[in-house]
Amino acid sequence: MATEDHGFDEFDDLNPSDSKWYVRTLSGILTKTKDKKPTPDGLWEKCKRCKEVLPSKDWIDHLYVCPSCNYHDRIGSEAYFHLLFDNGKYTEINAGLTSGDPLSFIDTAPYADRIKVAQHKTGLTDAVRTAYGKINGTPLGVACMDFAFIGGSMGSVVGEKIARMIDHCIATQTPFLMISKSGGARMMEAAFSLMQMAKTSAKLALLNKAKVPYISLMTNPTTGGVTASYAMLGDFNIAEPEALIGFAGPRVIRETIGKDLPKGFQSSEFLLDHGFLDFIVSRNDLREKLSTLLSIIWNKKKH
Amino acid sequence: MANAFWFDFEKDVQDLHEQLEKARVTHEQGKLDMSDMVQTIESKIKEAQKSVYSHLTGWQKVQISRHPERPYTLDYIGHICTDFVELFGDRQIRDDKAIVGGFAKIDGKPVMIIGQQKGRNTKQRQLRNFGMPNPEGYRKALRLMKLAEKFDVPVVTLIDTPGASPGLEAEERGQGEAIARNLMEMAVLEVPIVCIIIGEGASGGALGIGVGDKVLMMEYTWYSVISPESCSSILWRTWDKKELAADALRLSSSDMFKNGLVDGIIKEPIGGAHHNPEEAYSAVKAAIKKELKSLRELDKETLVAQRIDKFSQMGVVLEPEDGA
Ligand SMILES: [Zn+2]
Repeated sequence: MATEDHGFDEFDDLNPSDSKWYVRTLSGILTKTKDKKPTPDGLWEKCKRCKEVLPSKDWIDHLYVCPSCNYHDRIGSEAYFHLLFDNGKYTEINAGLTSGDPLSFIDTAPYADRIKVAQHKTGLTDAVRTAYGKINGTPLGVACMDFAFIGGSMGSVVGEKIARMIDHCIATQTPFLMISKSGGARMMEAAFSLMQMAKTSAKLALLNKAKVPYISLMTNPTTGGVTASYAMLGDFNIAEPEALIGFAGPRVIRETIGKDLPKGFQSSEFLLDHGFLDFIVSRNDLREKLSTLLSIIWNKKKH
Repeated sequence: MANAFWFDFEKDVQDLHEQLEKARVTHEQGKLDMSDMVQTIESKIKEAQKSVYSHLTGWQKVQISRHPERPYTLDYIGHICTDFVELFGDRQIRDDKAIVGGFAKIDGKPVMIIGQQKGRNTKQRQLRNFGMPNPEGYRKALRLMKLAEKFDVPVVTLIDTPGASPGLEAEERGQGEAIARNLMEMAVLEVPIVCIIIGEGASGGALGIGVGDKVLMMEYTWYSVISPESCSSILWRTWDKKELAADALRLSSSDMFKNGLVDGIIKEPIGGAHHNPEEAYSAVKAAIKKELKSLRELDKETLVAQRIDKFSQMGVVLEPEDGA
């Protein structure tokens, strides 16, 4: 049966039924991502694509963008908040919302356990964090997805936190930036997950009516129900270079058409060519470009 | 009446139907008076139906929703509407045959009726792309909904899809964007919207015409974020766990209603709409009339606010105890 893929297959690090990390995490071997100390001087890291080796400090300074090949390595919400907000200062809201297990869902492991494992492994509560602060002096609300949490999958918590952030942006007349990074819907919440698409899109309709700017930044990967809802609804749809962006996942399309996909299919550059993106922006230019855009369309004096 | 196609789990009912047919033929040929026998078999059929259809599993309901003789969108339109003026095309690329729609009347009252359309034979299935719309299908649906809004005509959508089409062209033309746009526009459309799942309600492909003031499911249909087969393939890494997946997803009309994700269930003839299509048509027609009657009484602002509020309530989250 050909329905849309939710991207789980494309990325080995998010296979939720991978028993290896499940067991290892349960025995407490893995360190929480949040607790990772900045890498001390003297350590080196290799670019995952061109294999260029640079001091770890340089990677951090370059926001994990490879200076030789422009490869954008995956970073989390904390890193985005720091690079976007003035002086890295922001106020997080609804940080304590966590997932219920409305269906008592069990596949190869109970969903409730998967949540606990993901929380322990990542130090996050769910796959999105929402915060507000200022970007070059202009107030900005941001919702940023974390791929490390069950593949950035969209369940009730993701939908609810985004919805509340949009409410905040409407109430305070604050521009909204959504940073998507997701394998799609969270299957373990079944139709509850599906309805988050309707919920977030309805809230965006209200933001639109309030004439508050909405910028949607798509990062690698943005697929499934996330693409088919808030990610594609920006006044400005933008993306990091070479991100995978699509509705159906590459594996499902490959199986459907019975042949390999053209090179670059469903990349940011492909979407730009086909008219679905306003522009592609390197992570290093993101803050500046957003500020410029907002300085034109959003009069700071109003606030 | 007998079906041409029966599921394994319907074997008892099927056998009795075949006995009944034989008894009738014998009776009609005048060889023997079989009227007592016919009555006995008929009452046995009723009992067998009760035991077969009252404890259906999730997967069996999925199978019934896909029964090849089940009424499709154009069957419903043909039997519950008059003056159907079918409208074609998205005004951009082409006409998507997987979504049909147009203005019509139901007992004299105008509606815009839109739905996914499946095909009955190989040729039709290809023409209709198995009921899997491309982006232009969703854009056609939106164009028709905006027309309905302009002329203050309520919208009825009939949902029956195994999913939005996964393919090169669908991606090139923005399948995600097309569905997303519909979700946002339907949320604020200023006319009543009634959506009915008449068969399969697979994921974003279904939701793309499914943001309604009232969303109803016919009794033997399913609605979820993914098909049981794909869910099995992704979570269990095998295609063989579809029965388990169907139960785990709680995709039946009764579970969806219990979870507050749909607003009502339309009772079907026992065994499914295909066992008695006329009965199914009148049940659907009655439900549409009832819902539209009460929705028409709301002013536009209330209508839209209630619709957005309903979808905003969906989801289960735990608030932190300290209120952080
Ligand atoms: Zn590199």
